Amino acid sequence: MMDGAGAFPLLPPPFADWFSERGWRPRDHQLAMVEKGRAGRNVLLIAPTGGGKTLAGFLPSLIELTERPAANTPPGVHTLYISPLKALAVDVERNLMTPIAQMGLTVKAESRTGDTGVSRRQRQRVKPPDILLTTPEQLALFCAWEGARRYFEDLRCVILDEVHAIWPSKRGDLLALDLARLQTFAPGLRRVGLSATVDDPDMIRRWLSPGDEDAVDLVRGAPGAAPVVDVLLSQDRVPWAGHTARHAMPEVYEVIRKARTALIFVNTRFQAEFAFQELWRLNEDSLPIALHHGSLAAEQRRKVEAAMTRGELRAVVCTSTLDLGIDWGDVDLVIQLASPKGAARMVQRIGRANHRLDEPSHALFVPANRFEMLECQAAREAIAENALDSEPERVGALDVLAQHIMGCACSEPFDLVCLYEEVRRAGPYRGLAWEDFEAVVDFVATGGYALRAYDRFARIVKGRDGLWKVRNAEMALRHRMNIGAIVSPAMLSVRVASRRGSAPGRKIGEVEEGYLDVLEPGDTFVFAGRVWRLVGQSGMDVLVTPAPGEDAKMPSWGGSKFALSTFLAGRVRAMMSDAHHWEVLPRDVREWLEIQRDRSAIPARDEMLLETFPRGHRHFLVCYPFEGRLALTTLAMLLTRRLERLGVGPLGFVCNDYALAVWALKPMEDLDFDALFARDMLGDDLEAWLAESALMKASFKACALIAGLIERRSRSERKTGRQVTFSTDLIYDVLRRHQPDHLLLRCARDDAARGLVDVARLGQMLERIEGAILHKRLEHLSPFSVSVILEIGRQTSPGSAGEMILADAAEALIAEAVS
Amino acid sequence: MSVEADHPPPRLARRIDGHLALGLAGAEIVCLPSGALWLVADQVLVVADLHLEKGSSYARRGQLLPPYDTRETLGRLEAVTAAMAPRAVILLGDTFHDAGGERRLDADDHARIGALAVGRALVWVTGNHDRAGPRVLPGDVVASLAFGRLRLAHEPEGGHCTGEIAGHLHPCARVTARGGSIRRRCFATDGERIILPAFGALAGGLNVRDPAFAPLLRGRPLALVLGATAVHPVGWSALRGDRP
Repeated sequence: MMDGAGAFPLLPPPFADWFSERGWRPRDHQLAMVEKGRAGRNVLLIAPTGGGKTLAGFLPSLIELTERPAANTPPGVHTLYISPLKALAVDVERNLMTPIAQMGLTVKAESRTGDTGVSRRQRQRVKPPDILLTTPEQLALFCAWEGARRYFEDLRCVILDEVHAIWPSKRGDLLALDLARLQTFAPGLRRVGLSATVDDPDMIRRWLSPGDEDAVDLVRGAPGAAPVVDVLLSQDRVPWAGHTARHAMPEVYEVIRKARTALIFVNTRFQAEFAFQELWRLNEDSLPIALHHGSLAAEQRRKVEAAMTRGELRAVVCTSTLDLGIDWGDVDLVIQLASPKGAARMVQRIGRANHRLDEPSHALFVPANRFEMLECQAAREAIAENALDSEPERVGALDVLAQHIMGCACSEPFDLVCLYEEVRRAGPYRGLAWEDFEAVVDFVATGGYALRAYDRFARIVKGRDGLWKVRNAEMALRHRMNIGAIVSPAMLSVRVASRRGSAPGRKIGEVEEGYLDVLEPGDTFVFAGRVWRLVGQSGMDVLVTPAPGEDAKMPSWGGSKFALSTFLAGRVRAMMSDAHHWEVLPRDVREWLEIQRDRSAIPARDEMLLETFPRGHRHFLVCYPFEGRLALTTLAMLLTRRLERLGVGPLGFVCNDYALAVWALKPMEDLDFDALFARDMLGDDLEAWLAESALMKASFKACALIAGLIERRSRSERKTGRQVTFSTDLIYDVLRRHQPDHLLLRCARDDAARGLVDVARLGQMLERIEGAILHKRLEHLSPFSVSVILEIGRQTSPGSAGEMILADAAEALIAEAVS
Repeated sequence: MSVEADHPPPRLARRIDGHLALGLAGAEIVCLPSGALWLVADQVLVVADLHLEKGSSYARRGQLLPPYDTRETLGRLEAVTAAMAPRAVILLGDTFHDAGGERRLDADDHARIGALAVGRALVWVTGNHDRAGPRVLPGDVVASLAFGRLRLAHEPEGGHCTGEIAGHLHPCARVTARGGSIRRRCFATDGERIILPAFGALAGGLNVRDPAFAPLLRGRPLALVLGATAVHPVGWSALRGDRP
């Protein structure tokens, strides 16, 4: 047998022996991580799935724990591991126990999540494990406890797993703030980030760093075998529009039959239900095919995951709930139904197949319509070139900061200036201005109102010693019950109604409030893979009865919940504008492009095609910016306001990821399109529309919950989501009238502009098409326009819809009275 | 909600400028888009459930809701008072969110309430949130009152009655159409009794399909839903509960 210690000089004997006894050799990046650990460096490790990334993260800590002198063993936590998923923390705990046991190390590793029992939690507080595995929310809770400083003062290392998935979000903001806090408690603390392949590692290095990006070293694992990605060229013609890929289901089923185990990713829960239903219709071999999405009951999801781990399933239809998580070695094929909408997400999903580094992962794209065929082809080429979409630099949200400051006050009294310095050591808050910090502190203390009505009700108060602290224990308790930066909609339980009537029975899953709003009692719908009839509601329960064999009414959905990424959109435009590139496309799609070229035009790469044509008694304007559904919906809202002012009488609009169509009473072909699309629409029009929009109210609610203006959980009652919705809308209206510059309105506006309406992207697009609008006057609709015209009737236009709904209902009543 | 076929739906009279007039126990009443009710014969304005100082009521317990609800609500009340020039303003109970609300009033808001009582009668009907009525503010305090056959009280009396005007329940309606759904405050009436929407800026609402309304409204009641500039009558069959 090879002498382990001699073979791997960096590793102490138990570690070197462990590798040699198994005939393994440590990977280069694992050794590099050990070296960085010994040098006390912060590191970002980027390695493909299956590269022993997690072990690489823990090795330096395990070595340090083994080598530390027994006499001075400090009692505190040595290494903190943070995972975005509870399940992952538990799974990693299990995986870590194996090498610890095999090497005979006396290291104690324990997980702690929201599901951890009370006795274990209490023991962990009194007698901390060497390695604690937990989630960002639990860490925030830790940091808000009295005694957090002592608990973490011996901390040497924090490992952030799947850091690419968490940094560009409010959870990431909260985590960065808590990291800065931990660094104050334990100045020698080392930060380690583990990430899948990303386009711009420096962005994550800056996020992770306590100072500038140079303070974080980069270690890259050897790339695995390049994935093999195919696009399904269906025997049936690719549809012109739609999102379901129904046409390709028999072929998808055949592919599943030939694979060992397949993961079938879709973009929405409705699509998951639909695909599952279709596959079982075809499933003559009764292959074990399962369903996994966020609306199913947790125990049902756990069951599917367990069956998958045991290798009992041939396929799972899933949404992004399985983008991250536990390793399933047996998956040999990843199928993406409908376009992935972004290359980075797809790389993540492909990584779910074949966790062995030296064998390529296999993936199959199944485009649902012709534009998606272009998209899938572009994504495939991008993945082959290893070019991925990137995120913009993160600027920390102020509602999250408010929550953090309250948490700090709950933990121990703080000095305002010291806390400001500490907060600015968190990546996303590096540029935080003192004025903004003060405004947030003022908000936490008294609500931040210009009318100084609440000074006597302050939640945090400045003591005679000049330090700020929480007013009383009751305030601290209430804050701790409401920690976290995930705002999820209220969930209703779906239960089978008893035969007699409405008493709730067995629970089959949960749905977000509003999910079934479009349905009336008596309607049928697919859920958890079966057809149900809606009976009604009872409290927080949705009651249903089985309706086997019936055709379910399919609730409409706006395609994917993900918008086409800027990066992928650019590649699609480039591919489309280059006729030589069409060779890679199937014949029917090529012909479609050719007809479009003959009847209308194919725009050049940076042009925007705009078509006008009459149809029915209406006049249509269709343009193709390819900027994703969110940005196009915003554009459509603003365009219709302008068209209204120009007197053409716009009647409605519809958008998808590529195009938007507006129809009006009067012709629009003689308008000045450069003026119509001028960038100044992002001024007053945008603000006026935003302020009134339901999007702003939704984003205000999220900010109010995170910042602690509204409580998610109180000790006495569990509020239903509906009550919260209603009162935050009222608060929004009152605040907007009386203090339009209030901190939370600012937060809500920033979030809405960034996330929900994609203003930045719209601005870039308007700049790109300046002087580059290619207008075609047509007699009929063009092949391209069909994709978006077919969406009419599936979508409803927002805007002044509320008043229209009321007017309609009133008219119906009058009609009833007259008849 | 049980539907009694023999009980006719309430008769709507006229819609003028967004106002909705109807008959109640033989008297003409008008629902205004602000949520106030106008008694035509007596030139009286009725508003229910102002819940003044709700913001500060929450704030003293640590939830710092905006302190602007009182001025917002008073602004709305001043606007409708100026428009209708009533001989009396009736505050139909729960005018303050809690017993300490009057003491927490800002001096300015205090003066504005005082001004409402100048040149007209101001009547405070007591409610469950403000059983004692105001301590310092002007006006008459009553538990209930009558105008001809109309009886006004904060809480509706159970069972059958004719001509009752009440508040307390904060009715609101959810209407679904055009693939969308909206929820607004409303008057709820069966032609014999009318329940006013809450007038307060931060007062929440209870869906009229909630069982709490069932014993109070007979037959096929109507929701008179507050739009931006008009009151919209909506039939019972078009109303939805808050969850499917």
